[in-house]
Amino acid sequence: MAESLSILVIDDNAIRASIIEAGLREAGHASVRVITDIEDVAQRIGEIAPDVVIIDLENPNRDVLEHFFALSRTIKRPIAMFVDKSDPTEIEAAVDAGVSAYVVDGLRKDRIKPILDMAIVRFRAFSRLRDELEAARSELQGRKVIDKAKGILMSTRGLSEDDAYALLRTTAMNQNRKIAEIAQALVTASELLGP
Amino acid sequence: MGLTQITAGYVPLLDSAVLLAAEEFGFAESEGLHLNLVRETSWANIRDRVAIGHLDVAHMLGPMPLSANLGLTPLDAAVIAPMALGLGGAAITMSNAIWAKMAEAGAPEDGAPGPVGAALRKVIADRARSGESHLRLAVVHPESAHNYALRYWLKASGIDPDHDVDIVIVPPPLQADALAAKRTDGFCVGEPFGSVAVARGVGRIVTTKGQIWQMSPDKVLGTRLQWAERFPEQLAALLRSATRAARWCEDPSNHTALAAMLAREDRLGIDADLILRALTGKLQFEPGVEKAIPDFFVAYSRAANFPWVSHALWFYSQMVRWGQVSHTAENAKKAVTSYRPDLYRAALSGMGMPVPGASSKIEGALTEPTEVGAVGGHLTLGPDGFFDGTDFDPEKLDAYIVAQRRS
Repeated sequence: MAESLSILVIDDNAIRASIIEAGLREAGHASVRVITDIEDVAQRIGEIAPDVVIIDLENPNRDVLEHFFALSRTIKRPIAMFVDKSDPTEIEAAVDAGVSAYVVDGLRKDRIKPILDMAIVRFRAFSRLRDELEAARSELQGRKVIDKAKGILMSTRGLSEDDAYALLRTTAMNQNRKIAEIAQALVTASELLGP
Repeated sequence: MGLTQITAGYVPLLDSAVLLAAEEFGFAESEGLHLNLVRETSWANIRDRVAIGHLDVAHMLGPMPLSANLGLTPLDAAVIAPMALGLGGAAITMSNAIWAKMAEAGAPEDGAPGPVGAALRKVIADRARSGESHLRLAVVHPESAHNYALRYWLKASGIDPDHDVDIVIVPPPLQADALAAKRTDGFCVGEPFGSVAVARGVGRIVTTKGQIWQMSPDKVLGTRLQWAERFPEQLAALLRSATRAARWCEDPSNHTALAAMLAREDRLGIDADLILRALTGKLQFEPGVEKAIPDFFVAYSRAANFPWVSHALWFYSQMVRWGQVSHTAENAKKAVTSYRPDLYRAALSGMGMPVPGASSKIEGALTEPTEVGAVGGHLTLGPDGFFDGTDFDPEKLDAYIVAQRRS
């Protein structure tokens, strides 16, 4: 492999940044640095001298970063957001995944493309992970509420646990709603009515 | 019948009001449109998502279509401004510490840009003599009305924006934080973020963009030329509904409802009281002291939605002045065609809403509100002067650029 590229990852989400970093290292890039706070970029960019900068699209500091690159005289200027202006599919894929990249002018496309491709894949994987985590969290929350609702039914109506759950399920089916929603309604009502 | 969907991006600022109100208060729907409003965190995102077509239209910095057409942006996509989203709407805020020194140096309370600038010049000279670091002044983007207004004011006050201060970029919602953390000493930014800094007790508004240049342009509605050409009827319907929304936004009896909508967590997420200050022109330069700035933000009247070619050309002259582009006849032409008053006029014809007959005007020619020739009704323009008394005649662009180079 040719001379190794210096890659800078800017992401205020430390978990996602480390996922990208790991991917780049696995792909054989030894010189990968991660910065989570934009304030550090100004101080450290000279020493890092990045060939490629990867930043998440939701980062409000993109405008700051671009201005910084435009002004910088000490480093090679990373410019041109995208690998190839004539490759709209790649650009769309990047924006869809929520990632944007800056590269030093003149770097060959075949050297950059795998890096951006990898970043896109990892960004997508992270989004999926986050969605799953969110789903798991709400699932757990739902289970807690259902347990509470069962408890209320058991103590106020003298039902067994199985019967309490069956009642919740039947009600949910009849109303075409989720069991957790019915359970939440019951818990809320019970809190309003008080002990 | 279903509504035609248009995806519209915005950055959470006061002057996104017209675009948001068009959807939220039914103006889009009455033209058969549904606006899918997408909040963005940076101007770079607005620029890129418009360029690749994720956004059909967007709330944009006034100079941004010029940037796209002059090759300052990474993606080659022609962008036009067929409408402006209001006049004024921005202020310059300084940290309490710098304001205290400015007041000591004779800065008046009323924001008059001349004397306020003279006081700042003294403060900067004192700092230079005692070897202190440059003041750090923040704007939101290099190609913005705020950067150009700040630089114009500094330069006309005898302060060189490139050598006597450091101008840095900070996203609007982070301005008050940066000031509080002493990472910056002041900023020029759209409301409500000056008022946010005042309310937090970290800064003082020292002057406003509308005092530096009266009725000055700020944000526009931008779209790809390709989209405008492919969907001319949708664009015309959007321009009509946004103009009706603008008229509604300006009506004082709607300010409370408008501020409440803008305050929502999914919109600006800022206290409605702070948004109301700019909407009503009753600003607080410092906490508790209310000051009436008539025409601080003009959403509709004075042709506030008309994309003047003279506004585009003034932005262009400042891009040249500060070294962002070189002046050639070809570049000037690109600047002219970035703003499309013809599309705006055509869309509004027959609506009974006044539109200027001319596409360009001498900026600074009107010293008081003046009735001018218009189609579709009576129209009052101005005052539109610069605080230093110079004016900008777009017919004499070359001479203006040369004069600014010399000064």
